[in-house]
Amino acid sequence: MNKISIQNLNLFYGSFQALKSLSMDFQENEITALIGPSGCGKSTLLKSLNRMNDLVSSCKITGQVLLDNEDIYGTMNVNLLRKRVGMVFQKPNPFPMSIYDNIAFGPRTYGIRAKMRLDDIVEKALTSAAIWDETRDRLKKSALSLSGGQQQRLCLARALAVAPEVLLMDEPTSALDPISTLKIEELLNALKRDYTIIIVTHNMQQAARISDKTAFFLIDEMIEYGSADQIFSLPKDKRTEDYITGRFG
Amino acid sequence: MELETQRMDCLTLLLKMVMRLATSIAMLTVIYLVGYILVKGIPNLSLSLFVWEYNSDNVSLMPALINTVYLTTLSLLLAAPLGIFAAIYLAEYARRGNKTVQMIRLAAETLAGIPSIVYGLFGMIFFVVTLKWGYSLLAGGFTLAIMILPLIMRTAEEALISVPDAYREGAFALGAGRLRTVFKIVLPAAAPGILSGVILAVGRIAGETAALIFTAGTLAKVPQTPMDSARTLSVHMYTLSSEGLHMEAAYATAVVLIVLVAIINGLSTLAARKLTGGFHE
Ligand SMILES: Nc1ncnc2c1ncn2[C@@H]1O[C@H](COP(=O)(O)OP(=O)(O)O)[C@@H](O)[C@H]1O
Ligand SMILES: [Mg+2]
Repeated sequence: MNKISIQNLNLFYGSFQALKSLSMDFQENEITALIGPSGCGKSTLLKSLNRMNDLVSSCKITGQVLLDNEDIYGTMNVNLLRKRVGMVFQKPNPFPMSIYDNIAFGPRTYGIRAKMRLDDIVEKALTSAAIWDETRDRLKKSALSLSGGQQQRLCLARALAVAPEVLLMDEPTSALDPISTLKIEELLNALKRDYTIIIVTHNMQQAARISDKTAFFLIDEMIEYGSADQIFSLPKDKRTEDYITGRFG
Repeated sequence: MELETQRMDCLTLLLKMVMRLATSIAMLTVIYLVGYILVKGIPNLSLSLFVWEYNSDNVSLMPALINTVYLTTLSLLLAAPLGIFAAIYLAEYARRGNKTVQMIRLAAETLAGIPSIVYGLFGMIFFVVTLKWGYSLLAGGFTLAIMILPLIMRTAEEALISVPDAYREGAFALGAGRLRTVFKIVLPAAAPGILSGVILAVGRIAGETAALIFTAGTLAKVPQTPMDSARTLSVHMYTLSSEGLHMEAAYATAVVLIVLVAIINGLSTLAARKLTGGFHE
């Protein structure tokens, strides 16, 4: 089923066009990887799915982005949109507060105050992000005391704690060591049962390993979009082939 | 290559020595100053300095001590919320690079550099004369509040701006609104910086004389109402030493002033730590 459907999306930063008449769909319970050289608009695309681009005052958008057939740039409340479409950033960005409060921040935003409820949510979120065992004894400690890999899983748990439907991840492992990277990849594989996952990555092997579908971008447009198997074994476009075989980019 | 690294080492060593020297000089100056005051002042601390009623024999500093606390509290109560909220508006709500914001910033910077006597004269003309408040705690408090407002605003804004955008993005991405993001994430993260501005302001209030003589007056009595004249410890010291008759008492007063400022700063730091849960620093 189509979770998100982009229709003829054009995005401008001032007079600079970062995305050109883009149309594509994202399937529910699948991992879609976005690949392409730096500056081709992958992060921009991701941010237009939860309207983080609203924070950039020069950013203008035309076209539609449908979430379950509802236009997110229409009358939808932007905060509720972001509750449904969670995001994990390239650089781990835990808040400077305790591990517990990091996870509880989201649920508290939506009015959950009861300690029992919160305890439960925190444990579940940390468990889903495979970091419960490492943090259960130090929930009151500062989140900044965790290692980079742990911080990123904490940020994943923080996103999961508000029970989103879609997870956007912008190169979530580019700042991590190989072991932490592997952990996150395993996690994503388990999480796709419950979520629609869209991930930007610079790592071809990663895209090939974890994604169901892969989209290749160049400059400001999508060149090719298909199942990961097809893209990585039989790319239709010469430019895709050049990119995934490392001939440029 | 060898020579190059050797020269680098020499330069590093030299720089290190210069820095050590600078640090030592700075430290020694402070230690000497505080030490001098303590040595001169502590032996002159006597019970008669702390009796409730001032007269020219006991030169009690008690009224001035109480007035200093009153005046600091009043000025901070007026200026801190105003300055901090203004800073929040400038840093979090106004568009970045907005012309008006830049004007306000420039104005604040300029005002922060104006000598206190100018604020004193303004306070006298406006609060004391025009509003007919007379020499009073209130006039002094308002004048000093205006004086420290730019300082608090600038430091608070600096502190807010230096909070990484990644925190804001993280909160927004969870669906938190701007208000919640600012008050639950940004403000606690900026608290230590905001606090250091408040501490600087406390220092300026505690050390102020000129502006106060024109607005709060020099009456050495514990005020019954905010409309009464009230001299602070600094003004008290100034009068004692300008009369030249009570230098010992002036030194003793200085000791009390230093201790008072240290206590106020300690309390503020404690309060900030409570506020942020101790996750900064
Ligand atoms: N806030 C912004 N303001 C102006 N231009 C931007 C902004 N963010 C990104 N861009 C531009 O948009 C293009 C796409 O950027 P981005 O989406 O970050 O690419 P990617 O994530 O694929 O590396 C780049 O040319 C970049 O310079
Ligand atoms: Mg990017």
